[in-house]
Amino acid sequence: MKLVIGIVRPERVNDVLRALYKAEVRGITLTRVQGHGGELERVETYRGMTVQVGMEDKARFEIAVSDEFVDPAIEALCEGGRTGEVGDGKIFVVPLERVVRIRTGEEDNAAVTPVGA
Amino acid sequence: MINAGDTAWMLAATALVLLMTPALGLFYAGLVREKNTLNTFMMSIAALAVATVTWALIGYSIAFDGDGSILGGLHNAFLHDVGLEPRANSTIPHILFFAFQATFCIVTTALVSGAVVERMRFGPFLVFAALWSVLVYAVLAHWAFGGGWLISGGTLDFAGGVPVEMGSGFSALAAAIVVGGRKDYGRQALLPHNTVYVLLGAGLLWFGWFGFNGGSGFSVGAPGVLAFTNTLLTPACTLGVWMILDIIRGRQATAIGAATAIIVGCVGITPAAGFISPMWAMVLGVVAALPSYAVIILRPRFRIDETLDVLAAHGVAGFTGILFIGFFAQKGWNGVSDGLVYGNFDQLVDQVLAALAAPAYAFGMTFALLKIIGAVTPLRSTTHQEAIGMDETFHGEEAYPSGEGAVLVMTEPRAKQDDPRVATPV
Repeated sequence: MKLVIGIVRPERVNDVLRALYKAEVRGITLTRVQGHGGELERVETYRGMTVQVGMEDKARFEIAVSDEFVDPAIEALCEGGRTGEVGDGKIFVVPLERVVRIRTGEEDNAAVTPVGA
Repeated sequence: MINAGDTAWMLAATALVLLMTPALGLFYAGLVREKNTLNTFMMSIAALAVATVTWALIGYSIAFDGDGSILGGLHNAFLHDVGLEPRANSTIPHILFFAFQATFCIVTTALVSGAVVERMRFGPFLVFAALWSVLVYAVLAHWAFGGGWLISGGTLDFAGGVPVEMGSGFSALAAAIVVGGRKDYGRQALLPHNTVYVLLGAGLLWFGWFGFNGGSGFSVGAPGVLAFTNTLLTPACTLGVWMILDIIRGRQATAIGAATAIIVGCVGITPAAGFISPMWAMVLGVVAALPSYAVIILRPRFRIDETLDVLAAHGVAGFTGILFIGFFAQKGWNGVSDGLVYGNFDQLVDQVLAALAAPAYAFGMTFALLKIIGAVTPLRSTTHQEAIGMDETFHGEEAYPSGEGAVLVMTEPRAKQDDPRVATPV
């Protein structure tokens, strides 16, 4: 089991979701986050006060999957999130020690397998 | 002869109508996605600048100088001979009459933006607004108010069913067709981001509408007072009916539906305000709700992304109001003419003429105008710009900036060199 964390552009969220559903990855947590990954600075002006916006809005997907779904999840994140410009985001894959489904008490692979799959 | 009471009311009414433009901006801003809030609001705010200038330079003259059947003259261009003395057959200063009419041109120009929000480039919109305010609004205003063929032929239009409501509504349809839909229209849910703005905007519009209709009698006399009262009655009835329709259709009265109903009611009574009795005004409120409600339900089934339903709320409701006069105008109340129900068939013919001519002209002219502008410069932003939003693309601002991680850029270049902590990007 792995936790796949994908940080993507907020305007690509719908494309990523579509790609994930197509890959039959269905257990998803989505958070709005702010981050910076080396993209060019964006400048905004408010009443003569000019600021460099250091932190860009990003969306973070957290997807816990069994091993055979790691690659499909990564491919879906790449396919949906890629524009080719700096700032498309990153994917982090980390090992999972233990997963529990609260409703049933199921553990590990049974817990990350979607209901009805 | 200038009348102090009339002048005082018209000064206040002018300010009331001016408020309608930022109110409309607020209404529209709530209906779009967060990333397009400022751009949508700015399209209305920009009309305050653009349409005021074009109106003063030439629009007013085309609308109100002389009684040519299609166009007015150029005698009042650059406000020539528009002074403090009363305008012919009126009791208020000519320049106040100009200012009152200017606020109509502004809000109507802003209305059209509702069809193209979330994708049209800001620069081309400004050019469009400037040309539209003269070529469409001023011409229709001349037809309906300024001595053109509609008013001289007997068409009754109290406060702007022809130039304001049908003019903006059918222009919006043409604009939506020429500019094209948003990139995700029909594929993704594109939802309003702040319904509270929508309700507050609708409330402020209604408030301003008392000046819009109540001022269109140009005096504190009977027509203005009747129009003022009808502006309370009609939207209230539309609002009630709309909530019932919502409940019948979806079991819940929606807030955005309520805001829309207020606009539809105000639009419906606009042409008829000073011509029908208060009880008929209430009936109009009920009647006006139905076609507009139907168009709003049907609109998503078509490919045309007329984004904020300007056609349903303004075009269709204005059409309903103009025709309603033909049936229910009452000489006992307006002192001018009866409608069909009171034995005057000719009035209905005059109203039908206006209800056909105004949409045709507004649609055709706007279509041609945008095609021409579009041949010179692209009307639409790129797909990428549309994805990141109009606010960031065209204004370099966000409606709701968090400020986290933002670094102040020093105005003195020396500070940057001396203090590497400021110069280093985060």
